[in-house]
Amino acid sequence: MTLIKTSYNRRSFMKASALGGSGLMIGFSWLASCQSAGEKAKLPEEWFDINAFLKIENNGRVTILSPNPEIGQNVKTAMPQIVAEELDIDWKNVIVEQAGYDISKYTRQLAGGSQSIRQGWESLRMAGATARRMLMEAAAKQMEVPVSELTTSDGVIKHSGGESVTYGEVASAAASIPVPEKVELKDPKDFKIIGSPVGNVDAAKIVKGEPLFGLDVQKDGMLIAMIQHPPSFGMKLKSLDDEAAKAMPGIKDVITVSTKIDDDKRQWSDTNAFTELVAVVGESTWQVMKAKKALNVTWEADSQMESSIDHETALADFMKKKPAEVTRKDGNPDAAFKSAAKVIERTYSAPFLAHNPMEPMNFYANVTAEKAELEGPIQTPEFMSKSVSAILGLPEDKISIMMTRMGGGFGRRLYGHFGIEAAVISQKVGAPVKLVYSREDDMTQGTYRPAYKVTYRAALDKDNKMTAFHVRGAGVHGSPVFADRFPAGTVDNYLAEDHGLESNISTGAWRAPRSNFMAGIEGAFLDEVAEAAGKDPVDFRLELFDRAISNPVGEKNDYDPERYAGVLKLVKEKANWGAETPGVHRGVTAYYCHNSYVAQVVDIVMDNDKPKVKKVWCAVDCGIVVNPSNARNQIEGGLIDGMGHAMYSAMTFKDGQPEQSNFNNYRLIRNTEAPEEIETFFVDNGIDPTGLGEPGLPPISGALANAMAKATGKRLYNQPFVNEALALG
Amino acid sequence: MANYNLNINGTTRQVDVDPDTPMLWVLRDHIKLVGTKFGCGIAQCGACTIHLDGNAVRSCSVPVSAVGEKKITTIEGLSENGDHPLQQAWVEEDVPQCGYCQAGQIMNAAALLDNNPNPTDDEIGKAMNGNICRCGTYVRIKKAIKSAATKMA
Repeated sequence: MTLIKTSYNRRSFMKASALGGSGLMIGFSWLASCQSAGEKAKLPEEWFDINAFLKIENNGRVTILSPNPEIGQNVKTAMPQIVAEELDIDWKNVIVEQAGYDISKYTRQLAGGSQSIRQGWESLRMAGATARRMLMEAAAKQMEVPVSELTTSDGVIKHSGGESVTYGEVASAAASIPVPEKVELKDPKDFKIIGSPVGNVDAAKIVKGEPLFGLDVQKDGMLIAMIQHPPSFGMKLKSLDDEAAKAMPGIKDVITVSTKIDDDKRQWSDTNAFTELVAVVGESTWQVMKAKKALNVTWEADSQMESSIDHETALADFMKKKPAEVTRKDGNPDAAFKSAAKVIERTYSAPFLAHNPMEPMNFYANVTAEKAELEGPIQTPEFMSKSVSAILGLPEDKISIMMTRMGGGFGRRLYGHFGIEAAVISQKVGAPVKLVYSREDDMTQGTYRPAYKVTYRAALDKDNKMTAFHVRGAGVHGSPVFADRFPAGTVDNYLAEDHGLESNISTGAWRAPRSNFMAGIEGAFLDEVAEAAGKDPVDFRLELFDRAISNPVGEKNDYDPERYAGVLKLVKEKANWGAETPGVHRGVTAYYCHNSYVAQVVDIVMDNDKPKVKKVWCAVDCGIVVNPSNARNQIEGGLIDGMGHAMYSAMTFKDGQPEQSNFNNYRLIRNTEAPEEIETFFVDNGIDPTGLGEPGLPPISGALANAMAKATGKRLYNQPFVNEALALG
Repeated sequence: MANYNLNINGTTRQVDVDPDTPMLWVLRDHIKLVGTKFGCGIAQCGACTIHLDGNAVRSCSVPVSAVGEKKITTIEGLSENGDHPLQQAWVEEDVPQCGYCQAGQIMNAAALLDNNPNPTDDEIGKAMNGNICRCGTYVRIKKAIKSAATKMA
């Protein structure tokens, strides 16, 4: 056991109370822990900050209420595992419930993204350990023995003399024990539930098709609403003829709505290209869908209507243009490039991407003069609440938002305009409505992963040592380059530069923002540099890490070169890198993001000129793995997501209009295109856990491009790869 | 609007809807069986897969007027207690991430195993290619189908 002082703000962090006279309830701030250290200090010190509960009933049953919505990253299972571990109970007796929304108790309910486990680690452990300590103190009183003579195991407190009581038996008594100032945390070596592959707590409901998602919400008197947004970025509503639509069966109303929020009240999550909409409201979804088709809407130009070719040209111009914003410079890159024996220069690009979570955007809203009730899939209810308050003119304490399980997000549901639209429509028609987006409404709405272009240059001296490295990045609404990431720190002369292109096409965070492009192209470029240097790509990288370990350049390098090299060495060993199998082509790369390290080796064979991924080996260093089954699932899904989008997916535009609108023209990876086998190895180092939902995605596109270069002799520079070599599709 | 008597999960249900209403919306809006999911509306993603007389179909593209007396099975009626070998395998293999597409995946796989109790990897892939999983659980979906097939043999 490690004795730690239960640090920040005990009083606001934990509250104990009796559970209706029959058990112990500990309230604690789950979300305090899901925020960065800087934000923690701002938390209010009152009871209302308590947003999660741990209930221990007299029968020994333990309920953990999770206040955070679940988006597929499995925090609803993994976070309670951490509490249960320190509480020292049998997981079989644990029930996990989604906390009901309660504006009087819960504030700051927001999904923590890839950082949930990392940020939550300490406080979730303390919550469990605090409850355990209080139960032990209650047992000590009852047995009239010192606490130091007690031990716990699976929900039973044992005295060294032989006497024992269950947690349930002392739960009520524990409610009167003061919350301790110090608690003991387990040694990670003793973990039983953390590190155990317990199943997804919602699995049984998912496989039975029980209502869990926002789109499944049904309420008395609820109408269905759909919106029509402009067909092109750069257009706005001119006039509306709704006569035919209004006359259709089941249609209650056709209205125009504005969701434009004043600049001073806008939240970062209010990213939205279309704030003037037509809405059709009716009794059932199909009736509304049909009426939408009967609308006669005239749109007019509002600003520039951009085409993909314009973006391509502008981004390409940036690659040649100076000055750029220099974000990092080490040594004298100009001189180093001039005196180089070899210079390798390559340019890479990627298109816009849509998020396309399988559950289309939707939200339920019931707005009256007094209050607004909202329910649906949202990662950022706190910001939605502020925006709804601003648009409706209702104070925030009159607004409630219930979060449902989300049918995927990948960043899309950070931007809650659909909830604001539902609220405005409900207010205007004076009825509860569920707003439903069609797939087309969502895919053509914006909030895309931006298009990017990056040029790399590397200088090698006559001994094939890398003497300079230069990266110049450009993207719509900003550059994707991370100036302080590898290979910064490994080379004496280094330059990173950024350009950003303004656009009226809205963009947003898309799973592993920027990393989702940078990892793959860095891996592909260094593969070519290693080739030019006559070195094996793994050895070439390991030499660079050696430099960063022994004598790093600069002080701001944001990675740990030993852990980085560690995953590369591990994947090298597990995949038996260097072994050649006839007809099998291998590629490798590694990347660091979200505080975790991932290296991947991919084996492909060519089948009728198309690549077939036989196997992917992944080595992952994300510290302690809370749930190995789900951790592997996240890595597997992440790399399939990464390879699928690099291979097949693109959003393109012609005169402001998206050229893709549904899965018939926007290609997503499918079952037969997924790897036949994926094997994932985690570094067992006992370090506190780091991100896992995103780091599996970024590197694979590089490993895949490198394997395809081996197979075909052709390097791939522009995503989606299927467009570069049509035979690949 | 017209009246239809539909055989859904072994029970006759009456609905009064437009003849062109897709079964997806009949199930979700009128029968209140929401396990069948809306994903694309154009039979490209498979989230809305149901069985018509045991065959997997995309309910977003089957108008109610085309159903007649065919037996409709939804995820809610695949097994009495949610214990179809595929449902069990899905839990055992810890397949779902977000979970949204999985009912459609399971319904499609159930029809596959009815027709081909011992499919090869290739046959599984081809049969399941119409079902998108945006979370990328394809490798586990394959494993779960093979595991269920073994148990059903």
